[in-house]
Amino acid sequence: MATAENPKYKVIGTRPIRHDGADKVTGRARYGADIQLSGMLYGAMLRSPHAHANIKSIDTSKAEALPGVRAVATSADLPEQGDRVVELGEGAANMRHLTANVLARGKVLYRGHSIAAVAADNIHIAEEAIKLIEVEYELLPPVMDVVGAMAENAPVLNDDIRTESVGSAPPAKDSKPTNVAKHFLFEKGDVAAGFAEADIIVEREFDTAMVHQGYIEPHNATVLWNTDGKLTVWISTQGSFTVRQQTAELLKIPISNVKVIPTEIGGGFGGKISVYLPPVAAVLSKKTGRPVKLVMSRTNVFEATGPTPGSHMKVKLGATKDGKLVAGEAWIAFEAGAYTGSPIGPACMCVFACYDLPHGRVEGFDVCVNKPRTNAYRAPGSTHVAFATETLVNEICEKIDVDPAEFRINNAAKEGVRRVDGPVYARVGMVETVEAIKNSEHYKTALEGKYRGRGIASGFWFNCGLKSAASATVNPDGTVSLLEGSTDIGGSRTGIAMQLAEALGITAEEVIPAVGDTDSVGYCDVTGGSRVTFATGIAAIEAAKDIQRQLVDRAAMIWEVDSSHVSYSDGGVHGPDGKQLSFKEMAAKLHGTGGAVIGRGTSSEATQGGAFGTHCVDVEVDVDLGKVQILRYTAAQDAGTAIHPSYVEGQMQGGAVQGIGWALNEEYWYDEQGEMRNSTYLDYRIPTCYDVPMIDTIIVEVPDPQHPYGVRGVGEVPICPPPAAIANAIYDAVGVRMHDLPMSPPKLLAEILKK
Amino acid sequence: MATRTMPRVFIPPPMRSLTEGEEVVDVGGTNLGQVIAHLERRFPGMKERLCQDDDIRPGLSVAVAGSVATLGMLQRTNPEVEIHFLPAIGGG
Amino acid sequence: MSAKRVVTFTVNGDQVEILCEPRQSLLEVLRDDLDLTGTKEGCSNGNCGACTVIMDGRPVVSCLVLAVEAEGAELRTIEGVACGSTLDEVQAAFLEGAALQCGICTPGIIVQTEALLEENPNPTEDDVRFYLAGNLCRCTGYDKIVRAVQAAAEKRQVAASN
Repeated sequence: MATAENPKYKVIGTRPIRHDGADKVTGRARYGADIQLSGMLYGAMLRSPHAHANIKSIDTSKAEALPGVRAVATSADLPEQGDRVVELGEGAANMRHLTANVLARGKVLYRGHSIAAVAADNIHIAEEAIKLIEVEYELLPPVMDVVGAMAENAPVLNDDIRTESVGSAPPAKDSKPTNVAKHFLFEKGDVAAGFAEADIIVEREFDTAMVHQGYIEPHNATVLWNTDGKLTVWISTQGSFTVRQQTAELLKIPISNVKVIPTEIGGGFGGKISVYLPPVAAVLSKKTGRPVKLVMSRTNVFEATGPTPGSHMKVKLGATKDGKLVAGEAWIAFEAGAYTGSPIGPACMCVFACYDLPHGRVEGFDVCVNKPRTNAYRAPGSTHVAFATETLVNEICEKIDVDPAEFRINNAAKEGVRRVDGPVYARVGMVETVEAIKNSEHYKTALEGKYRGRGIASGFWFNCGLKSAASATVNPDGTVSLLEGSTDIGGSRTGIAMQLAEALGITAEEVIPAVGDTDSVGYCDVTGGSRVTFATGIAAIEAAKDIQRQLVDRAAMIWEVDSSHVSYSDGGVHGPDGKQLSFKEMAAKLHGTGGAVIGRGTSSEATQGGAFGTHCVDVEVDVDLGKVQILRYTAAQDAGTAIHPSYVEGQMQGGAVQGIGWALNEEYWYDEQGEMRNSTYLDYRIPTCYDVPMIDTIIVEVPDPQHPYGVRGVGEVPICPPPAAIANAIYDAVGVRMHDLPMSPPKLLAEILKK
Repeated sequence: MATRTMPRVFIPPPMRSLTEGEEVVDVGGTNLGQVIAHLERRFPGMKERLCQDDDIRPGLSVAVAGSVATLGMLQRTNPEVEIHFLPAIGGG
Repeated sequence: MSAKRVVTFTVNGDQVEILCEPRQSLLEVLRDDLDLTGTKEGCSNGNCGACTVIMDGRPVVSCLVLAVEAEGAELRTIEGVACGSTLDEVQAAFLEGAALQCGICTPGIIVQTEALLEENPNPTEDDVRFYLAGNLCRCTGYDKIVRAVQAAAEKRQVAASN
């Protein structure tokens, strides 16, 4: 195993100031909307007021005539895509759907669906102009409910969607279109036999509402289509390379004609991977010969980007009376939104992922409804299913009178356990996170008071490896300039720089990290999937090793010995007869020994092991109002090895609070016509500072053997346990089991009053 | 467990109509491309369901020995490995 | 479109004179005309606090202030928080305490904190949470922000008593 238990590191595990810190506390850091270019035009977009309608006609003539308007674009300005499915770096997409999502083609499928765009001398003229565009609609009945959308007689959104199933024969092209875009089925063992062994079986139905990632920075893009046919895109994105590919595919131009310059990014959580604005800004720029900036409003962000699906789930678990899980069954339907692509696959793979389940069956459906096309949101799909499974687990524990932490430890997924979807776990830390909670001061301290309760729940996410690249140049003063392609949402460039520093035996401050554009750095997949500290970290370590090899050769040249007699360790080169030169001394000699030393590294073969977390929460329920107050919160998580513990804690705390918001407040609230009625922060209500307590963290370290330092991704797991942990705490407090998210005051009060 | 001589392929439930209900089959091959070619020879129609233009279908991922095969059809296999066909996973 | 107006105010100690339309917000003018892009736009309806600036000693969301309303005002933005090339206690505490992740809400929260500490140099956790409740952060869960604010308050008090 590459990773020794409790290795001693010099840089890893310390808490240096992040390299981009000064810019970010002084307002100097440039985010997408901060881009200003000479001659720049401002764009605005016309969006559908209806959830489901055919577009009979679009008349842009009055808008074009408004003084100060420079160009108007509709879907007619984007090329036809035909029937192509393209792998876009994080998931595949049907290009016909993707282009229709960018600018509607003949039909609008959700309120906020973009129809046309204007570029003008300033934003006010652009906004006036879009009001002058006349669109004639033929209204169609909206399909807003996932189960209703599956019905035989439901209105069908897309006439080119037929149910696809992994491993099934492709559906016949002349078969009837449907809203059920995908079907998944996983089986392990013999479910009927498993349930026959059970002394206790619980089966419940669960619903969760559509929720948004809620990043504070709205989507933006500034594009210049130059006279040489080359495009430059300034954008805040989780993946500059996927923006390059999506933009090129949508415009049907070579990827080498598109240069994406990632700006600083104000949050993403999965929502800033899909492309919405760049092709539109590109078309407007091509028409005007000037750079065009598009920035979404908050309402656009809610109505027309990629929230995470609402769901309907039926989950069943069986256990013996001595506390052993024997079988599980799940039926999960996700709202894909307007086009296929919800995270139903991962949801199916996560639903029983925390447990050693001998017999299981999981069936999942990806269902189109008249809501925005959904996208990834932090551990996509896993929070939904954790809400169901972790609630059932606690119900079983109550019925057989077993401590829920003890039950989880006894049934935990661990090395060698085969998952319901097939693969066998390597070394993972589920048991350790439950033990950390069980042994915490929080869990050991009794909770007192009326209408107060405690709940625990666990969660899982895979962690994706995927592809990363980095290069590193040694400077003559002994520092290293590190260039990598992973856009930095939460301090990752420091986490990556620390791994390079560790490998070279220098300090974190002696590395100068930067995020490069698509023309200056090798291909990197998106910042998502809890992969960057892992995979881009490996790329940086590989770059460090490349530097080491080159410095060994240089030292051998200086000492006039064969390279095989020189080695690199402890921050310097070592040769025969005790000869040694520090990294800094070697750096000073580069000019005289052959010039620059540039290390390069990639990571592609690596895939991470999974990561687990367990949370414990105390709540107090106001039984007159149905409002839940979080009193105390502790999150334990297996981070493998925590590179920068402050930012690991930060991910755990931020994820937990997002999960609290999902649990208690957040939901897309639609009326019968399919209009979102709460598309502002005031009404959508993400948690504020005043809603939550301190979030205590326990970092558990079970090193991932697939990373040189044992890193596991930490970003996604912490959003999974909160809804179930809070539901379990509410039950403990007032004896009411909630199966519907969010557990908002009206819903909870209604359940309390039923008692 | 007896030593195997070939990679072990787990057949997803929707594909078992092609394998006459067999859930697990052992087939030869030193990389994924060869394994799929052998599967196709034994169970005609298999390749169409797994591949598009001689590569793994978009949206599908293949786990070889517990790790996602990032080298596609070139991913090395050996007699000890298990092969699973799964939905591709990204993340937030 | 009504005629443009000349508006004069002070930003971070500098007197500025701008020509703006009556419909332009203070936020738009700060960002687009004065290139003070440290003040961020998150919602444009006063819900998120990312655009917070201090106007005549009071924190305001600059998206809800018209530029013409700032006539004669004294404004302080995130660009005016540091003293030359030295970070002030709040900025330093945010870095030391890792109280930011993506950083988009950070300027607004730091400016709001400056106003808080001006009013209440020794805030309790509850005081901090109440005063910052209008400044949304989606990344951190607020834990490290609250701690950083309290650390900055303590540092400033120690400095003042020396």
